[in-house]
Amino acid sequence: MPTRPDETDPSVPPEAGAPTGAPAALEAREVVKSFGGVHALRGADLLVRPGEVHALMGENGAGKSTLIKLLTGVYRPDDGVIALHGTERAFRTPLEAQAAGISTIYQEVNLVPMMSVARNLFLGREPRRRGLVDVRAMNRMSGEILERYGVRVDVTAPVHTLGLGARQMVALARAVRLDAKVVIMDEPTSSLEPREVQTLFGVIRTLREQGASVVFVSHRLDELYEICDRVTVLRDGRTVHTGAMAELPRTELVALMLGRALLAAHDGRVTAFAPDKAQRQAAPDDEALGELLPAARRKWGRGKDRDRQAGGPGGPGGPALSISGLTDRHRLRGVSLDVEPGEVVGLGGLLGAGRSETAQAVIGARPATGAVKVGGKEIRRRSPQAAVRAGIAMLAEDRKADGVIPGLSVRENIVLAALPRLSRAGIVSTARQDRIVEFFMTRLRIKASSPAQLVQDLSGGNQQKVLLARWMCLNPRVLLLDEPTRGIDVGAKAEVQTIIDQLAAEGIGVLLISSELDELIEGSDRVVVLHTGSVAARLDGDEVTAPNLMRALAGEGSDSGAEAGLEAGSEAGLEFLEPPQTAEEGAS
Amino acid sequence: MSVRTPETMAPVPAPQPRSGSEGRAETQRERWIRRAERRGPLVVLVAVCAVATIASPSDASWSDVSTILGNNAFVWLLALGMTFVITTGGIDLSVGSLYALGGVLAARGATSSPWLAIVLPLVVCAAWGAVQGLLVAYGGMAPFIVTLAGLLGARGLLQALTNQGSTTYLVPAGSWFRHLGEGTWVPVGIVAVLFAIGWVLMERTGYGATLTAIGGNQDSAVLLGLPVARAKVLVYLLSGTLAGAAGALGGARLGSGVTTIGVGYELTAIAAVVIGGTLLTGGYGTIGGTVCGVLLLAVIHHLIDRYLSQYGSAMTDAVNGAFLAVVVLAQALLERSRRR
Amino acid sequence: MTAAVLEPVDGAGTRDRVLDLAQRYGVYAALVVLIAVATAMNSDFMSVSNWRVQLFQVAPTVLVALGMALVIGTEGVDLSVGATIALAASIIPLYIGYGPAPAIVLALLLGAAAGLVGGAMVAFAGVQPIVATLSLMIGLRGLAELMNGAAAKPVEDPSILDLGEHGIAGVPVMAWIALAATGAVAYTVRRTTFGRQLVAIGDNKRASLLAGLPVRRVLVTVYVLSGILAALAGVLIVGHGAEADPANQGLNMELSAITAVVVGGTPLSGGRVRVLGTVAGAMFMQLASAVLIQHNVPTSTTQIVEAVLICLAVYVSRERGTR
Repeated sequence: MPTRPDETDPSVPPEAGAPTGAPAALEAREVVKSFGGVHALRGADLLVRPGEVHALMGENGAGKSTLIKLLTGVYRPDDGVIALHGTERAFRTPLEAQAAGISTIYQEVNLVPMMSVARNLFLGREPRRRGLVDVRAMNRMSGEILERYGVRVDVTAPVHTLGLGARQMVALARAVRLDAKVVIMDEPTSSLEPREVQTLFGVIRTLREQGASVVFVSHRLDELYEICDRVTVLRDGRTVHTGAMAELPRTELVALMLGRALLAAHDGRVTAFAPDKAQRQAAPDDEALGELLPAARRKWGRGKDRDRQAGGPGGPGGPALSISGLTDRHRLRGVSLDVEPGEVVGLGGLLGAGRSETAQAVIGARPATGAVKVGGKEIRRRSPQAAVRAGIAMLAEDRKADGVIPGLSVRENIVLAALPRLSRAGIVSTARQDRIVEFFMTRLRIKASSPAQLVQDLSGGNQQKVLLARWMCLNPRVLLLDEPTRGIDVGAKAEVQTIIDQLAAEGIGVLLISSELDELIEGSDRVVVLHTGSVAARLDGDEVTAPNLMRALAGEGSDSGAEAGLEAGSEAGLEFLEPPQTAEEGAS
Repeated sequence: MSVRTPETMAPVPAPQPRSGSEGRAETQRERWIRRAERRGPLVVLVAVCAVATIASPSDASWSDVSTILGNNAFVWLLALGMTFVITTGGIDLSVGSLYALGGVLAARGATSSPWLAIVLPLVVCAAWGAVQGLLVAYGGMAPFIVTLAGLLGARGLLQALTNQGSTTYLVPAGSWFRHLGEGTWVPVGIVAVLFAIGWVLMERTGYGATLTAIGGNQDSAVLLGLPVARAKVLVYLLSGTLAGAAGALGGARLGSGVTTIGVGYELTAIAAVVIGGTLLTGGYGTIGGTVCGVLLLAVIHHLIDRYLSQYGSAMTDAVNGAFLAVVVLAQALLERSRRR
Repeated sequence: MTAAVLEPVDGAGTRDRVLDLAQRYGVYAALVVLIAVATAMNSDFMSVSNWRVQLFQVAPTVLVALGMALVIGTEGVDLSVGATIALAASIIPLYIGYGPAPAIVLALLLGAAAGLVGGAMVAFAGVQPIVATLSLMIGLRGLAELMNGAAAKPVEDPSILDLGEHGIAGVPVMAWIALAATGAVAYTVRRTTFGRQLVAIGDNKRASLLAGLPVRRVLVTVYVLSGILAALAGVLIVGHGAEADPANQGLNMELSAITAVVVGGTPLSGGRVRVLGTVAGAMFMQLASAVLIQHNVPTSTTQIVEAVLICLAVYVSRERGTR
């Protein structure tokens, strides 16, 4: 249950932690770190007091993970100071940080899969008897330790047989045993059940009582408000807020992370998206593309044919994309949504809500039950190949691992998926290939020295455009975009947003996954918000406002798993969130 | 440490939540499959032996067993070293050549002194293995290629030492070194002891745990501060030493340093290790499984010799190949169905 | 947490650039230098008769190496090529009664079948390429010997002997065949859908899968091609030696092929196939050992030199930077 700002947990003293005279357990002062020209941190501060549970928050790209890596010795700061117990330290390796008493638990559990639980727990520090590892003692002690964590498993079984929650506990137990003075937990509860979360909190409280500090990184606001004493919020590489957890209302917290000024009317637009659907324009050279891809044209029409379907629900064949009851083993719990041709549906949710998983399940890269229909026709045995054939294209979130073929040229990357359509009898037609590549390089303004340049040498923004071009070559009906503007510079961002508008105007149904509130608000016609694997809210047209979205993201006004309509301003304590002027809303 | 140690190369990225990572606990079905995978080699071994004994109860005799054991024992040491290497996710193709080299060096050494017959092959092959390990751990080169080069180079060295194969060193008849290789029980005893030590190394020391961690999750091993690079160098050194020792003992048995021996032994070693259940991709190594693997191959070889001898070694090869194919297919399919 | 956002980019230093050039062109430079040095030491080296001998010896290796390069391009390896040669060799005497063409076609089909089995194990069952082809390597040679018998069988069919012995315009027929194969493979890799998909899959299998590429089909095909090329090499070897000897023919061919591919600059990690480099690599290794032999350098040294060359080639073609 959400903690109201005015309630405080009586068991926690108002300002946990030692009085300000004592040195901070862990401190980062004006830390700066860049990677090849991209500024990850531009002066971030963090002060963790002894015996305190400190929340570290911020959206992707805010610099959280970089800061943690600096604190744990994976990287070294370009500028700024890191201090442990008041002494300035410069850790050169993770091992040094660990030896100094900083222990880290990563989100992706860092265990050796086929090794037993007991061995993993004691890896590197096995109990010895007469020089050899004392397996019996190891097993016994492991059982005892895990019992304290509420985990009762066969400690001789390989760790991969455990559920992710139990694995997380094992990783936690291993890290905590290091007599750490500071324990950094990176999304430790992302895979835990509520009961396990409470066990974790018990461990954290014990640590706190012992004077150790915990840095808690998470997106689960409920938990943060339950266990953390103080909070630091990062945005764009800087610290934008530090203070007591209990004094920061949820929605203000979300607003700080996402950079929305609550009280100021935000009528200037932040993105390059067109103000509304009617103002979206197809690219002028759309007809030319049809000629370059004649086979595709025959399939489901382009240009004028599309216009007829664009913007209207239930054109011939039904919605461009229809998902119902998508459920998988771990994350998704019955996701359903529709995308009409020419519509941009935003898919929002905090980390771990299941957005990427939904997209992957749709194209068949992730096994899931449920139905996926394109134009009314169901895809029976889902696979990436079947998806492409049916007219679905997905731009993956991790372009480095799942998108780009690094050693190939721009040209090759663009035509990759469309190769069979550009070949006759298996032989690629260089003429057609070059024409298409030139077309897209111009239309998308891909900056490369030539089409032959290796794609790995391009900037992130241009790589993203190359991937977009790849999918556009297929002339798809549905386009799933997973964080299309992440990690690219401002200019490229705007260009990509314009392209998305153009694609929608041409009649493609777009599912836009984005962590940036502005993109969801300004780019989408409708927004579906996911929360722990199911749809938490559906916002339509005028309902797509910052306050409503933030509430949906924060998990308020809805129970997990249930859809909720949102009534503006109905919750106590949130009056200041009412939209300032109705006139402004009507105009948007 | 040179700049290129794995630990100091690119900064270790925070592990990414990969799509498709399994998060749930093992189901009953999966547990059965896993058990089947682990016990499989032993079961098959017992089954094959049972079939063999049943098929001809009159013929089966103690002498058969000792023949099987005695003739092959030393070669099994190659599989022992290979198990460790494969557990780290690597491979060692040079052990066949090192076996031959060991034999020649032992015979050569035996002409001077029995102690030299033992020490010389061990030192040289250990050094050879160490160089390979250094190239892999610090040079960042693929084990496949490094040990392939090692295979060629060691054989070249072998040729150089024996005047292109024309000189055959003989172990002096009176030398006690010979006794190490004679009969059945001394060789088997030596090999059994070494396997036992190997088992202890894998299952009861920090080193064994380190090797498994390197193969299973190297990033994790690095983050925990385990001495990854050093462990890798040592594992190739170990493999090389065992190969040299095996060759030396084989030389003792034969009484001479045969230069043409050892070709393809590394492949049989790999087959035995894989059949035994050690994962080729690393992260799980079982000495017991390798024992099953070598015994299986030996028994099958023997059976074919017995009953199909008119076809010669060709039948052995054909059957071995088919057997290996069936086993790895079964392993791969089991693994696939476990993941579904 | 954030994957694609911030990648610490290593600037390509001079050392990297030099190594890159070395990887691409090193083998050609080395080949040229080798020929120059060899000719300087022995003017007969450039004689027609010497070159004929060299071509006879290297042609089968080139064929096998071409197939191997394709397989390695997908980040795999094919250890069964030597055994496939033996298999093809054993088939010839058995079916020569139907005429040379049927026998040859059958041999090629067998090679394709061998590749099909290996490819299916890799692509559909997920068996590691090294083990899958290892099992074939062991099994097929045994099978070949069973079919042929332990002793070598003489082959007297004139057409097959022609393939192995004769020349056209002074150049051995074998060499023309190898040349044609080189052209075909190079064309396939550069200009066909299959070839481009192959390279993409070897470079980034996951991205290729997500892009809808027919990954399994491509993988199987690659092993089938390797099998066919190996079988073809087997036929040529039989013709050259005028006998089918599955116990000895093709022995260690997989090592020679892998060596040629690696020296030629194709990385073991896949994603790049240097066809001409592979041919140059095969030629280089062949000429290098020929030169050493001609100068009475003991085989031991030759082998050690080979080993060093392989290490050098691999060192140069290692992955650099954060890729």
